[in-house]
Amino acid sequence: MSSHDDRSGKHGGLYARRADIFPRAVDGFYRRLKWYVMAATLAVYYITPWLRWSRGPYAPNQAVLVDLAHRRFYFFAIEIWPHEFYFVAGLLVMAGVGLFLVTSTVGRAWCGYACPQTVWTDLFLHIERAIDGDRNAQFRLKGDPWTVRKLAKRVLKHGLWLLVGLLTGGAWIFYFADAPVLAQQLWTGQAASIAYATIAVLTATTYAFGGLMREQVCIYMCPWPRIQSAMLDERSLIVTYKDWRGEPRSHGTKRAEAPAGDCIDCKACVQVCPAGIDIRDGAQLACITCALCIDACDEVMAKVGRPRGLIDYATLEDCKAEAAGADPLPLMRTLLRPRTLVYVGVWAAVGLAMMFALGERTRLDLSVAHDRNPLWVRLSDGAIRNAYTVKLRNMESRPRLVSLEIAGIGGAAMWDSAEDGATASSRLHFIIPPDSVDERRIYVRAGDGAAQQPISFRLSASDDAKARDEADSHFERPEN
Amino acid sequence: MTEKKINQATGKATKGHEWDGIEELDTPLPRWWLWSFYATIAFAIGYCVAYPSIPLLNRATSGVLGWTSHGQLADEMRRADSANAATRTAIARADIATLDPRGALMQAAITGGRAAFKVNCAPCHGAGAAGSKGYPNLNDDDWLWGGDRAAIHQTLMHGIRQPGDNATRMSQMPAFGRDGILTPAEIEDVVSFVRTLARQESVTSSARRGAALFAANCAACHGPEGKGNRQLGAPNLADAIWLYGGDRSTLVQTVTNARYGVMPAWGEKLDRATINMLTAYVHSLGGGE
Repeated sequence: MSSHDDRSGKHGGLYARRADIFPRAVDGFYRRLKWYVMAATLAVYYITPWLRWSRGPYAPNQAVLVDLAHRRFYFFAIEIWPHEFYFVAGLLVMAGVGLFLVTSTVGRAWCGYACPQTVWTDLFLHIERAIDGDRNAQFRLKGDPWTVRKLAKRVLKHGLWLLVGLLTGGAWIFYFADAPVLAQQLWTGQAASIAYATIAVLTATTYAFGGLMREQVCIYMCPWPRIQSAMLDERSLIVTYKDWRGEPRSHGTKRAEAPAGDCIDCKACVQVCPAGIDIRDGAQLACITCALCIDACDEVMAKVGRPRGLIDYATLEDCKAEAAGADPLPLMRTLLRPRTLVYVGVWAAVGLAMMFALGERTRLDLSVAHDRNPLWVRLSDGAIRNAYTVKLRNMESRPRLVSLEIAGIGGAAMWDSAEDGATASSRLHFIIPPDSVDERRIYVRAGDGAAQQPISFRLSASDDAKARDEADSHFERPEN
Repeated sequence: MTEKKINQATGKATKGHEWDGIEELDTPLPRWWLWSFYATIAFAIGYCVAYPSIPLLNRATSGVLGWTSHGQLADEMRRADSANAATRTAIARADIATLDPRGALMQAAITGGRAAFKVNCAPCHGAGAAGSKGYPNLNDDDWLWGGDRAAIHQTLMHGIRQPGDNATRMSQMPAFGRDGILTPAEIEDVVSFVRTLARQESVTSSARRGAALFAANCAACHGPEGKGNRQLGAPNLADAIWLYGGDRSTLVQTVTNARYGVMPAWGEKLDRATINMLTAYVHSLGGGE
């Protein structure tokens, strides 16, 4: 009933029923660590959208904002435009390498402590215990007939779960719009329907994943448990049952009759496991290494007067060494090895490259596209005119006076298609509105010459000598 | 139910198959997965009832919602039309000749004209309005009948040499050679003179003879200096732009047989809004006056 062994299908049947898991509450070092991590991650999640960051009158003042409507991503002092999406790709690469690093050193620490699935499931478990009581009370309640008291508890529990789901979805949407304004709109029913729909979907998924599916999300839906086996090696710290110390397990009077290991087979490790597994079976897919079994076992070891750490973070190598009577490697040697150092190096290299790119990027950008139909136009005075579509990007949140120059063709002059050809000159000035792309059609006029000639456009801002960009194109003439 | 075979290594039930000692375990599906699967079947049945789905001999079942892809397209077109209706009405009522060139309405007209041009005008003038031999390039600054918005609008409404339209642009160049007005030698001389106007050739004795012939026969329409006359659609012969070609043999052909370009009167075929949009677009191509 409480074990995943029932999924073996020994008894036939088309499907396996989900085994009920009612983890017992436990206290200890790792439980407290999980509290801190949960507090920190939830605080970051709920508070971040409300942080303010002044960017002047032309840009939003929300510190972290994904502005889908205007296709901008704001992160404190950093503003990302869609064509700079490679920064996000770089962050994802860093997240991936970081996950490899963490996994190869301390196993599935991400799964055990910081993964939203774990954090929210943990939250839901605490709510469940607060209402239904601990493990045994929950078992009893499940077997009880439906009384008003049981019904009230069930309604309260699911209601609170839904409320947590609602708050989860409700916080998510503030990342996509100005939080104070959106909060007001939400209450008055004036927010966009997509906001309500998002809250509804996230409420449903949070409720279903955290309340109903829990460890099944990790076992069936998440790819990471499958990948971890490629990430872990014999020097990765994983939650391990030291069988050489614990076996043969026995309890009660049997311990006196035959040689017995430290494990008194009290099943405390199984009772506290949120994934419902027995860590004494060895490392396994369903184990998220939340380390609660360590706390549970340490408690018992203290009571029976045995040293702590029968279940502990240990590497396979250390286990072998300890079993043979040798000392385990010092922790630093375990953490600092070529593999982890390479991960740290790659991670840092990507990070430094991105920071360098961030520091070096100009917030002024020019792109030029030569009109292809017609390639050229002969004017009545015999000169040739080409047209170009230029995009002047001002990525600063202030209006800027810029000048556009052409170079490469002697005597060539350009003018804005919206203006008279009499204004033609080799340099034009524009004021580009803040945080925007100014698209213009530019005509360039030149005398006779080669059928194709290179021409370059240079953009510079009057308020910053370093802000400049150049784009190469070509000038077309009829082939004689 | 017969007893399941149990795999020795794992202690789990098998399907009873075996290939070279490899057995297939009979691991049951998670229940939520099975329910999801049943839900998709239920959805598929609902979908088949609601939407066209099951193919018959000539057509598919129509579905109780009555949805068709043609109907959806018609709906979307209707929605687009009604969304555009106000702008189209405003453009139709506007006086395109005096409309603010930087206003939003003008920009909307240019955008609409770009689409209408591709449908109605591109077959002759080309998708980029660059024209071809006999079909004027609308990007340049040379206009036969005038390049301001009023003139372009007039040309679009009534066409050029459109039979049956009283207000159409009308003129006819004489076929100097075919009708025997000038001899072939005189035509060569006239062509020599015309080619000096745009400095394609230097002045020769033939050109000097042609100058007199030009003054007598051509200047009435093309002007004494060959700069053309927009009242008559007589092209400027002194610029760099040739509608049919400025080389000697083409010019001889032109003077001998004359030219008679025709453009349809679009006022009969297109509504006012479209004519105004086309006017705005053609005027915006770079040569508008």
